[in-house]
Amino acid sequence: MTDERIARFEKRREELRKLSDDQLKERFWTLCNQVVEPIVGLARTHTSPSIERSVLLRMGIDSVSSHGVVDRIGEAGLLGKGAGHVVLKLAQKTGKDVRAAAAAILEDKEVLQGLF
Amino acid sequence: MTKKPLEPNKKLDIEYILEGLENYHPARKGWTWREVPSEGIDMGPFHYRDMSRPLKNSIGLPASKYFDHIDPQPKCVVTAEIASGRFEDDLRRMRMAAWNGADHIMVIRTTGQSHIDGLMEGTPEGTGGVPITRKQIRASRKACDLIEEEVGRPINFHSYVSGVAGPEVAVLFAEEGINGAHQDPQYNVLYRNVNMYRSFVDAAEAKKVMAGASIFQIDGAHNANATAKAGWLVMPELMVQHGINCAFSVAAGMQKDLIGLSTVPPDSPPAPKLWYDLPYAVALRDFFSDYKIRAQQNTRYIEADIEEAVRTHTVDTLISMLTSADIQSTITPDEGRNVPWHYNTIRGVQTVKQTWAALDGIKELVSLRHEGPLGGMVRDLKERAVGFLEELVEEGGYFAGVEKGFFVDSAKYPERNGDGIARDGKGGVGVGSIVPRDKDYYAPVCDHFGNNHLPAGVKHACDPIHGCTLCDPAKIAFIDELDPEDSCGKRLEATRPYRTGNLIKPEAEWAGDGTVLVQLFVPQNEDIAPVYALEMAKKMGLADPEVVNTMVLQPAEGCFVEVKGKVTFDIDKTTLKIPEKEVVLPEQELRDIVKKLGLRVVAGTVGEDEHSVGLREILDIKHGGIEKYGVKYHYLGTSVPIGKLVDAAIETGAHAILISTIISHNDIHRAQMKKLAELCQEKGIRDRIILIAGGTQVSRDMAKETGLDATFGRGTKGIHVVNAMAKALKARGVV
Repeated sequence: MTDERIARFEKRREELRKLSDDQLKERFWTLCNQVVEPIVGLARTHTSPSIERSVLLRMGIDSVSSHGVVDRIGEAGLLGKGAGHVVLKLAQKTGKDVRAAAAAILEDKEVLQGLF
Repeated sequence: MTKKPLEPNKKLDIEYILEGLENYHPARKGWTWREVPSEGIDMGPFHYRDMSRPLKNSIGLPASKYFDHIDPQPKCVVTAEIASGRFEDDLRRMRMAAWNGADHIMVIRTTGQSHIDGLMEGTPEGTGGVPITRKQIRASRKACDLIEEEVGRPINFHSYVSGVAGPEVAVLFAEEGINGAHQDPQYNVLYRNVNMYRSFVDAAEAKKVMAGASIFQIDGAHNANATAKAGWLVMPELMVQHGINCAFSVAAGMQKDLIGLSTVPPDSPPAPKLWYDLPYAVALRDFFSDYKIRAQQNTRYIEADIEEAVRTHTVDTLISMLTSADIQSTITPDEGRNVPWHYNTIRGVQTVKQTWAALDGIKELVSLRHEGPLGGMVRDLKERAVGFLEELVEEGGYFAGVEKGFFVDSAKYPERNGDGIARDGKGGVGVGSIVPRDKDYYAPVCDHFGNNHLPAGVKHACDPIHGCTLCDPAKIAFIDELDPEDSCGKRLEATRPYRTGNLIKPEAEWAGDGTVLVQLFVPQNEDIAPVYALEMAKKMGLADPEVVNTMVLQPAEGCFVEVKGKVTFDIDKTTLKIPEKEVVLPEQELRDIVKKLGLRVVAGTVGEDEHSVGLREILDIKHGGIEKYGVKYHYLGTSVPIGKLVDAAIETGAHAILISTIISHNDIHRAQMKKLAELCQEKGIRDRIILIAGGTQVSRDMAKETGLDATFGRGTKGIHVVNAMAKALKARGVV
């Protein structure tokens, strides 16, 4: 297996030798971009508890509350909506500011029912 | 709140730094480079080619006193890593580092913080680093704001955006004006075993947030050098790691000129370092010409010997200068044996400053020979790196490659040792925690990465909440302390006597820690020497003694040993007898006195001593000697008998006799000085002649015991001698 890999590399290298320094550099960056492309796509279409907590922080909600709120939203299966979205929607529905809405979620996660 | 600027002769007021933090916001955000005049810089007697503007307040290298006290500052940003576990004590070290030339302060996180699922708050004590929290950053940034004003150059404050709370940490850093940060999802995967999908999804958000605050990013590729068994063989792979993080960062929205490669010359002597490290450095700078280079120093082979580390780091800096470095990082030379100490942090900075000054403009004098073996080695590395990427793509891409152990294998690609770090996509910290975004996913904030469906009519993502914290810092929620028992307030209470009171204890890391280092030669073998050193330290009264270094000089003849321990007693400052500082009379007044009396002296080096340099410097006008102030001298040369000097003084009617005694054994210098006083007494001229002695082993307080009028040690200038003569003449009522 190892010998086979090395043989393949030597073959590859014969091709690479034909490239100028600039072409080799271009090849390097083309391949790097090719490697990261699907990962960027994954990141674009997914979120995580930490991302959602970072959204709440940016909304002015403290770190301790953000943690609990994202946990509650995750348990309610609403993380795909965006935790900020959920808090904002609750705030608009109840006429509270976002901090108060976050506090309401911590107090009773039932408030998340029927929001979407 | 009024701003209290620092005073160079006053300690940093830590209590003031901690005041009013809930309302403190950074004066500026984003990364700053040094100001480098393209025409070079003239300093003292020299012209420099690769230097930035000098500082307003700084401490030069020891030899700077011979060159008009110049303190040339390299054109690259210089890093000091400062993280003792108690940030409140680190602030003073940051100030010392800044005075010595650091403008990039990097704070390593406490052990295990990368696995904490969320932000830490308050100011708990850390282990091997500092718990990074909002309060800690705010206080540190506030201190840096004051320090940068004092030294006259912006300070970049830096920490780490990695682990399972990356996006939150990035937001915290953006809000608090952190200027630089490590961010590399590969680091989480390979070295922290964070689930690979989670790590990359989080990283995109973190990078986007960092980009919004112009935070400079450094990647984590250099860790492979420190981890792989043969760090110098993993170079093709390292280029791939750098490439992946760069490409991913740009895709997440970062500017290329705010992305830095963390690169280390992977080798250390006795290896023929240049043959490995130089081609690698050149290959990297070729492929990554659009990006910045953060040159780190080698840690892989650094253990207990501080001098060895300094020498290796000097060569590392040479490699930076032969190629390029936008940021030159420093490694504290004691990192291999303990959590870095204050003065070793400074030594690291000095290594760079000294090397950089010595090699200033090196590229105008020498150039790399690409047509020699170098060119072939550079090309070889590049082809191997591209070959690595081609195989990675063929094998199914990045995640598949990690599962197959492509990375951190200690063989030179394409060879494999099979000791690479393989991670399972279905494993690791935070596995299964990423969630697909729904069609109506929405995040009402700025600098958010990826799909974000703004509700109809919303132009700017954070409009519905009337601005996020990145637009309006007043909205940031500040938490002071979560555990008041484990807080800087408690710790500061305990160390107050050492910081603001009269008690003194030596300090390596923390106020009042009492840590000292004893260096000794033990004429015993390596089994006996360290055991002896420990016993000796105990008898000296040191608590917790520990041998930190044993170096065999010859198997039978003995070892150099270093033992650390803690001093258990305090000394009250008010009980110390501090010698009064000599006040030098104004130059004009001295000249007037000299002129009025027509001041004349006889001078010579006494005893069996052929050294004349020291005394000539005191005498000659060329060196700013007493001649400069109008004093006439009669120089009798070297190895002059005392009697001859006294006779010459009587003959010429000299006002003073100046003797110099440089190298002395068995207190001969003391005997000579006493003899001078006695002989003058005998000849009846003591009350009308001034007697002064100087030398490397002489000190100012020796005058009394030897019966002379004044005695001087190292660093004395002509003006000090004229001043002493003027004062003696004044005291005798002559003038």
